[in-house]
Amino acid sequence: MATFQEQERSEYAWPSAKDRQIIGQRTTRIDGIYKTTGEAKYSSDLNPADLLHGRLLTSPYAHARITKINVDAAKKSKGVQGVYLFADAAVGSEIRWQGRELVAVAADTPEQAEDAIAAIEVEYEVLEHWVDEADVEGARAAGRANENEAQTAGDVDAGFAQADKIIEGHYGIPTITHCCWETHGSTCVWDGRSLTAYLSTQNVSGTPGQFTNGLTMKDVDIESTEVVCQYEGGGFGSKFAADTWGIAAAYLAHEAGRPVKLMLSRATELQVAGNRPSGYAEVKIGIKNDGKMVAWDSVHWGTSGVGGGGVSTGVTPYIFTPENTRRQQISISTNTGGARAWRAPNHPQGCALTQTAMEDAAAALGMDPIAFFKKNLDIVDRAQHPDAATVYAKELDIAADLIGWDQRWHPRGQGGGGAVKQGLGIALHSWGGGAHPSSCMLKIRPDGGVETYLGSQDIGTGTKTIIAMAIGETLGLPADAIKVNVGRSSYPVSGGSGGSTTVGGVSGSNRKAAVEARKELFAKVAPRLNASADQLEARNGEIRVQGTDRKLDWKQATGLLGVQPIEVMQTHRGDEPGLTARGVGGVQIADVSVDTETGIVRMNKYVAVQDVGTIIDLLTAESQVHGAVIMGIAFALTEEQIMDNATGRFINSDMVNYKLPRLGDIGEIIVHMIQPEDGEVGRAEHDRGVVGLGEPPVISPGAAISNAVANAIGVRVPTLPLTPDRVLAALEKGGDA
Amino acid sequence: MKSFAYARPTNESETVNLLGSKWGHTALLAGGTDLMSLMQNRVSTPEVLVDINHVESLKTLQPTDEGLVIGALTSLDDLLDGEVLEQFPAVNQAVDGIQSIQIRSRGTIGGELCQRPRCWYFRNGYGLLGRDGERSLPLEGDNRYHAILGNQGPALFVSPSRLAPALIALNAQVRIIGPDMEDVLPLEYFFVTPRNETQTENVLLPNQLLTHVLIPPADNYVNATYEVVQLQGLDWPLAAASASLKIENGIVQEAKIVLGHVAPTPWVSSDAAQSLIGQPVTEETAQSAGDISVATATPLSRNGYKVQMARTAVKRAILRAAGLLEGGQESHV
Repeated sequence: MATFQEQERSEYAWPSAKDRQIIGQRTTRIDGIYKTTGEAKYSSDLNPADLLHGRLLTSPYAHARITKINVDAAKKSKGVQGVYLFADAAVGSEIRWQGRELVAVAADTPEQAEDAIAAIEVEYEVLEHWVDEADVEGARAAGRANENEAQTAGDVDAGFAQADKIIEGHYGIPTITHCCWETHGSTCVWDGRSLTAYLSTQNVSGTPGQFTNGLTMKDVDIESTEVVCQYEGGGFGSKFAADTWGIAAAYLAHEAGRPVKLMLSRATELQVAGNRPSGYAEVKIGIKNDGKMVAWDSVHWGTSGVGGGGVSTGVTPYIFTPENTRRQQISISTNTGGARAWRAPNHPQGCALTQTAMEDAAAALGMDPIAFFKKNLDIVDRAQHPDAATVYAKELDIAADLIGWDQRWHPRGQGGGGAVKQGLGIALHSWGGGAHPSSCMLKIRPDGGVETYLGSQDIGTGTKTIIAMAIGETLGLPADAIKVNVGRSSYPVSGGSGGSTTVGGVSGSNRKAAVEARKELFAKVAPRLNASADQLEARNGEIRVQGTDRKLDWKQATGLLGVQPIEVMQTHRGDEPGLTARGVGGVQIADVSVDTETGIVRMNKYVAVQDVGTIIDLLTAESQVHGAVIMGIAFALTEEQIMDNATGRFINSDMVNYKLPRLGDIGEIIVHMIQPEDGEVGRAEHDRGVVGLGEPPVISPGAAISNAVANAIGVRVPTLPLTPDRVLAALEKGGDA
Repeated sequence: MKSFAYARPTNESETVNLLGSKWGHTALLAGGTDLMSLMQNRVSTPEVLVDINHVESLKTLQPTDEGLVIGALTSLDDLLDGEVLEQFPAVNQAVDGIQSIQIRSRGTIGGELCQRPRCWYFRNGYGLLGRDGERSLPLEGDNRYHAILGNQGPALFVSPSRLAPALIALNAQVRIIGPDMEDVLPLEYFFVTPRNETQTENVLLPNQLLTHVLIPPADNYVNATYEVVQLQGLDWPLAAASASLKIENGIVQEAKIVLGHVAPTPWVSSDAAQSLIGQPVTEETAQSAGDISVATATPLSRNGYKVQMARTAVKRAILRAAGLLEGGQESHV
């Protein structure tokens, strides 16, 4: 079997598993108490003195031209302190999606701002819209389809010629939104020429320049911007920018000389603040009788909004890449809000379009899908992970064991004799997750206090906690002894939270800083303990000469610093073996029940097995997987952007009809992190360094749950989410399975 | 939300006097779970909000010889307390199905019956019938959640009440008051299908209110509700049915079957009920009643699936009433 390549370990590598003090254990969040008691203040919670409330006027039409716009009445409306026109608020402007921002108003109370919005006169010439992302023929006829050249590898025709069987199917995954619980927006406060933007963001260090530049272009005399974000209610890839409404809030605050809070309404949040591109595909797979995939041919269509786009075919077929492939993409321009990066961009869609087709192929051969997947492990993509095949093989076994595959799995359509059928489905995924650049400044004070500063952010994932643990591990202190300062752009620059790069970045920089600070402390302490610095260790709140009882407790040790703290600035620029790494794989299995008389799918159980390298906080790591699986259940079963052809509206842009699963819809989730006891793979995984985890576990649920439903009812429900109408339609249509 | 005047009457006559005779001028505030979102979206823009929460006579919850008297302000959670619904499992199951904790604790029975339709065209400002000029948006557009029965006129929304089918199956009555009037009528006749935008989904005039619900004794009737609902939390059923049966010596003597969420009003299926008379309740007779209940369905372009759901809801409500469907779908294997 393949093993992980031996590489020279970084001098900052984490201690080996047996020597770890706190990392790898379950630690509750250091800010958990503030969140649960409401002491944590999110951007939308802030109410500085003299605050003005911002509201937006947006377009109700998907495609229209403005023929008249008059804001005089809004300006005169009671309590109004400022009116801001966005770029499209002009006669002649073409509006190309519903929710397009036109005017912002700031007033003394939210109700006054809403009254002023209602007083704005706008007239539109309504133009013909196209909002149907699935109807490729209609889009062609409407001139909304752009056919791209096919990408090929190998010889597709020869591949199909050597196939024993050719499987064809149609699959689809519609647009969904990020639906952040805290909507996009900010509270903007000026002090002279300096702006502080309390922005709900996953990009603290990267957004100040956007404010400064945007305001300069509006002729605002601005010296600097500081972005502050202590807590964030979800971003998922949609909150990297100041956004036009951020600039509007800052502008209105500047003009009024008072703070302005402007958070998007739920409807606008769903309509314009980002979504995940849709993908539909006709797929053809060539297989040998033993299950080997030898050829793949797919025609894709979908959208990212008015610019066309859709799911990148770069990740299709997903992970399993036969020698001979052809993919063609048709990009459809729709009058819908634009896409933004959505947790693991392209991967959930690629997985849902590929591994469903693979499971159909396995069913056509009468093969157990695990056997089918294993048969094709030699063609898995190794770009992220040289030992991917070994990892998947191991994970498939662990996941099968946890779900009780041998007892619970049955051939397709044999899910029980009554109305309610049970089924199992599998999928697997891959992600990079290497560290982003991160700098931090760490101080050890003479009084024993330890604090770190970095312009990173905790987007709800537990970043503050893992920073504290990384430092605590290095200095021999508990996590709650470390003061973690993030969420201010005046701190050292640290990357935006995208691509599952944060945990590597911030643990890398803080580990390095803590190691360097420890060196300085040891140099001070060593003479007192009659030892050399390299004989010392920091464990359990003590500095000790290794193997002796000569020691100082932490405060005695830091007391030797005199009046000046130790201050260390460190940057982590890229992965270093044993410290941070990239490339993870995971396997997930869904167990569902389907009521064939109502079409309703219920989750029974869900197993997620994940390799993730060195784990800092096992609890927040497991929580990431739980959250991802729940988000995956949402897009697999309930969640979709419904565009209404009659009005061009995102007709379910509210929290009743934009259906997200409730607690009772989740079922039991079992998370298994690859650990040293998982054998050869586990040991190596555990030693290679920290790898990001935020995205990978959200990739598989669409395919896994779709496969489980097909296994239960005997037919494929081609398009996600697997709503009761789609399930009943598939049952009615029947199938060849 | 548009600014409004606020009034807080303490008795029924004061309340009636505060209500205007013009549509949309006043709104009644009970639990507010529906009204607040309608006002926030400016679908409802009353000048005066009449808060009835201090009208004590609306808080009754009293078993009497004529049946159970329920004041309109009784919260859904209060209905589940104690054993007041012991004879009425159909109502109990409907209330229990409302899994939103907020709606159950704040929402009232009066509000549950008077909540406005969930139709997304209505909620997006196109009026109760979802008209855009001459166009019927539910007819032309996305009607996946719209009516499959009683949809020959311009009204295509579905009645959103979850208690109404159960209460109608149990022959519940409602008391209505207005200026110089007081009336008690069967709940079945409370709901109407509007023919134009000047009408609403019930018989109330702008200056009238529903004050009480009376459920007559049901000791000789078994009854149950079955809802087909996608989410186990805040969500409305896609189809539902309530059944009330009088069974003697294993044979159905009397039956009432009411469907919910399939038509602009709760939908009484006399044919389905009639088909059970003289029959034992079995999987077959229940299935047949289900088939009959949707025999006249006229689904729109994309809600045909609701026919199958309604059929199943009727079948399972009958089986559940007869004690042949323990615990709902999960055990119905």
